[in-house]
Amino acid sequence: MPLREGPFGDIRPSILWVAGLALAMAGMVAAGVYFSDHRAGPRSGVYGAARRGADSIAAPADAVISTPFRWLDHGAGWIGDYVAAGSQNHDLKREVMRERRWRDVAMALQLENARLRALMGVRTDPPIPMVVGQTVLEARGPFSHGRLVDVGAARGVTEGNPVLSDHGLVGRVAGVAPGASRILMLTDAESRVPVLLPRTNGRAILTGDGGSNPTLAFLRTHDALRQGDRVLTSGDGGVFPRGLPVGTVVRGFDGDWRVSLDSDEAPVDFVRILLFTDFSQLAPPAGLAPATLATTATAPPPPPPPVLKTPEASPPARPGLPVPASPAGR
Amino acid sequence: MSALTVRPLNPLEWLGGPALACAAASLLFAVPARLFGWPLPEPVFPMAAAFAWAIIRPSVLPPFVLLGLGFFLDLVWGGPLGLWPICLLITYAPVLFAQRFVSQLEFLALWASYAVVCALSLAAGWVLVSLRAATAVNMLAVVWQYVATVMLFPVAFLVIKRYERADMRFR
Repeated sequence: MPLREGPFGDIRPSILWVAGLALAMAGMVAAGVYFSDHRAGPRSGVYGAARRGADSIAAPADAVISTPFRWLDHGAGWIGDYVAAGSQNHDLKREVMRERRWRDVAMALQLENARLRALMGVRTDPPIPMVVGQTVLEARGPFSHGRLVDVGAARGVTEGNPVLSDHGLVGRVAGVAPGASRILMLTDAESRVPVLLPRTNGRAILTGDGGSNPTLAFLRTHDALRQGDRVLTSGDGGVFPRGLPVGTVVRGFDGDWRVSLDSDEAPVDFVRILLFTDFSQLAPPAGLAPATLATTATAPPPPPPPVLKTPEASPPARPGLPVPASPAGR
Repeated sequence: MSALTVRPLNPLEWLGGPALACAAASLLFAVPARLFGWPLPEPVFPMAAAFAWAIIRPSVLPPFVLLGLGFFLDLVWGGPLGLWPICLLITYAPVLFAQRFVSQLEFLALWASYAVVCALSLAAGWVLVSLRAATAVNMLAVVWQYVATVMLFPVAFLVIKRYERADMRFR
């Protein structure tokens, strides 16, 4: 029997209510995806595959779209340089004179450092390999600060790799496709980076909030902070190597200590991705957490207790008398 | 109902065209270019479309088109999946249920109502992301995006003017 001839045939729902029903269904789908994405982790499962696929498509597309803008930028920069060449030349000469003094100091220190290291047998960190990528897309909104660069897993990039510009740390790789990588900027609300304040030897967590200056949370320092204090990565947790330049301390409008990022000094068009292996990954995870733990039945027998050699001259301990402590135990 | 007052709306025309334009504009404004040394603004283009579609006529399709556009924004901007669909549907919902009232408003009053629903939508986004990241998202950054999005209203008004007389059943 056709529906129109049935008992509900006369019911004609308003189009507004039908639209409202569609709205509710779409809302439920959106909310379901949002909250399940939160639980599953940003790069795992179906959502991770969708993101990788989208990044793979968006990277070449936006590389093409951004090319004319890049040419325009370069053209404007060239004209600006030409116009300002005289004053820039004057400034650069003064800067070179100032820097030459520092160069001499730095060379002397370098020689001294090399000599002391050789004396003490210090093993310096090996150089970290890196790849250079070009930014093809950027998100600047309050809810996501990220960039898409045109190098990916095919060049050895993995999730968690630190990303630097000419001036300092930019963020870390949050997702990798074969030919593209998604960078989570330091300013993103979900970014957390352990940092070091060399002047005070303080530690903090650099916390992004969607603005241009991330805050210093969980600050632990003996001396009070000052405007202009340098901020470097501390290396705590092993995700970032220690000592990467991050920025300088500034006081925010809200009274919080914030960081003016070094990477803001120039547009982040080319970036260096450090192929840094997190030192926590050097030990095989399987060895750290074996699938089956040993029990009393399967555990190997404990090693025999070490035999203590008592000096023949010492008197035997008698019950009721204190035993003299050995010199090694003091 | 006379044939003169009912002109069937082609979904590809009133939904597909603006949706494609929003997607293209979002991609274009995501280019890492500088304008006089400043980065380009990042308005939420589909928010203007959501407002216009709710006023033009109630329909089953716009919520699902907004869902798709929202996921597109999430993937392009790299945010949590589902955030922008929720925000866009929050823009659409109040206007849909107040459509008969809102569609009678003049230009400035309509702009003001668009500003109100944009504020509602971005406030919802602020709450969702702040809870997820366990930190309060910078309000100044939200205000910048809000201002850029509210400035899109003339585009939404053009779309409304183009299709508002198409189907007089909903006037």
